[in-house]
Amino acid sequence: MEIFLQQIVNGLVVGSVYALVALGYTMVYGILGLINFAHGDLVMVGALTALQTMMFLMGVAPGMSPIAMLSLSLLVAIPVCMLLAFTMERLAYRPLRNAPRLAPLITAIGVSFLLQTLAMIIWGRNYHTFPQLISTTPIQPIEGVFITPIQITIIVVSALMMAGLVLLVTKTKLGRAMRATAENHRVAALMGVDTNMIIALTFVIGAALAAVAGVMFASNYGIAHYGMGFMPGLKAFTAAVLGGIGNLGGAMLGGIVLGLVESFGAGYIEHLTFGFLNSSYQDIFAFMILGLVLIFKPTGLLGERVSDRA
Amino acid sequence: MNELALAIPWLGKRNPLAARWLVIAIAIAAPLVAMAFGRTWVRVLDFALLYILLALGLNLVVGFAGLLDLGYIAFYAVGAYTAAFLASPHFDVHLPIWIVLPLAACFAATAGITLGFPVLRLRGDYLAIVTLGFGEIVRIFMNNLNYPINITNGPQGINALDPVVLFGWDLSRNIQVTEELSINSLFLYYYFFLLCVVGSIIFIQRLQISRVGRAWAAMRDDELAAKAIGINTRNMKLLAFALGATFGGVSGVLFGTFQGFVSPESFSLMESIAVLTMVVFGGMGNIAGAIVGAIILSALPEILRHLAVPVQQALFGHVLLDPEVLRMLLLSLAMILMMLLRPSGLIPASAKYSHIRYLKAKGVTE
Repeated sequence: MEIFLQQIVNGLVVGSVYALVALGYTMVYGILGLINFAHGDLVMVGALTALQTMMFLMGVAPGMSPIAMLSLSLLVAIPVCMLLAFTMERLAYRPLRNAPRLAPLITAIGVSFLLQTLAMIIWGRNYHTFPQLISTTPIQPIEGVFITPIQITIIVVSALMMAGLVLLVTKTKLGRAMRATAENHRVAALMGVDTNMIIALTFVIGAALAAVAGVMFASNYGIAHYGMGFMPGLKAFTAAVLGGIGNLGGAMLGGIVLGLVESFGAGYIEHLTFGFLNSSYQDIFAFMILGLVLIFKPTGLLGERVSDRA
Repeated sequence: MNELALAIPWLGKRNPLAARWLVIAIAIAAPLVAMAFGRTWVRVLDFALLYILLALGLNLVVGFAGLLDLGYIAFYAVGAYTAAFLASPHFDVHLPIWIVLPLAACFAATAGITLGFPVLRLRGDYLAIVTLGFGEIVRIFMNNLNYPINITNGPQGINALDPVVLFGWDLSRNIQVTEELSINSLFLYYYFFLLCVVGSIIFIQRLQISRVGRAWAAMRDDELAAKAIGINTRNMKLLAFALGATFGGVSGVLFGTFQGFVSPESFSLMESIAVLTMVVFGGMGNIAGAIVGAIILSALPEILRHLAVPVQQALFGHVLLDPEVLRMLLLSLAMILMMLLRPSGLIPASAKYSHIRYLKAKGVTE
């Protein structure tokens, strides 16, 4: 029973990070029908920028409180990622908006690898230790189930950000414009929505979420490196598809479900396959789920949007 | 060959016949010229030929049939590991290449169909992600299937693959012609690979203008319309996957036996992307494009490797960007810029045009 509860905790932590990243995928897909491959790498850029800022702050003001340091580094990482996403959309995706389907997708793959390469040039190939500013000493709310303060922070912060995003999309004028653009670009433009602006903003908002996710992800594991964004990115995409791509609630649900499946899978795979497969196969769950969902229920858990839109 | 000749900038249009001979001459003389710069360059050419095979195969899937496959390298891996299982001391099985090659082709084709079936209904971008996932799954298995039973030998890979032996003629041994003149095994492999490439080109060229090729083109341009005129898109997609995978598998065998060693590292996602970039860079759906793309993007990093390090040392006093980083930079930029500036690739329209002319000349009505 303790193991079961522990897996739920682990799953929720990873799942909420996936959910944050998945929101970025799903928003862009909802509006443009584009899989922004490079979104996962924004997670990496966010984490590494924050790391750089922390290093700088530690040099300048060694006595700074951890919370202030974390907030300041987020204040640097978020705008950097936003700017990057804006540039990306402007230079690489906007010119291809009316191109054949494969073109923007190939460009997105190129952008993803370009970001990784640039990060490799700037920060090198090695793994960096990421300062764990929030305590990682586990507490035991229930006997035998461990949760660290950083994990609690991750769950709380993700929940807050997602709530904020839902409010933004459903209650504000900007949100209405975003939904209108997703529904139909042309008509939205006729109604006076600056669709180019809205699309750019969608990228930028997604990037902000990715930056936060990156910092939390790196804080949880205590490491950061140039390729760290790729796998979480793919899994977040899986989460978005699982929940129903283009649907915000779906992305959150998909993220949590995927996190849980992964942590249970990694925990029990050895028993299930009689020791033949072990937890090093953890990564295949996401891909298997992705395949299964796309084959049997391409609209995902909550999606109404038809996936076969030409 | 014809398309390739026509793609030569000036000569191609003036004198196609001469251009064609020029292509043949270059193909034959290339390793001899490369040898003048050192043995490594012949090796680079050998690998360029392998990449051409891969690019041709991927071009079938992406260019002809319009299915974006990001896990293509998995089939290459299937081929290479088939060779490693069936012709190496690892399981102590030593089958000749004539058995390994068709078996690997079958396995790869089966893998292609296995991947193809579930993803049949998926549209372009989903397909890309699922195939990417497939490639990753294959790689994860290669990395981890050394426990509890050692099948793939894990990340270390498998060593000492048997070399290619054609009719009792071992390609890995240098031929001693006279006392001082010997033909290096790299040359032997080069011409062997060249034969494979030429065979593939002829096959693919025939395929492209066949019923199947035209069905693929129709499907790629408009799937609904293709269905409406009675093309069985399901079978056509599966065929594209299977044939593309076969090419991947065959080149995998050649790669494994040539290098004498296989490990999961050679089959990373980066390699899939690299082959895709070659196809995109050269021009999707175009044989000459795939060839030129593969040559340029496999040779250029090597040239950079030899140029970049000394140049950087001279300029900055130390190496800022190591060659591997440069290669990634080059590939990613090639992909982005090509899509933005010249989406149809290096050799697009002229080759297509010649293809239509060719059909007209042959009296084939479409």
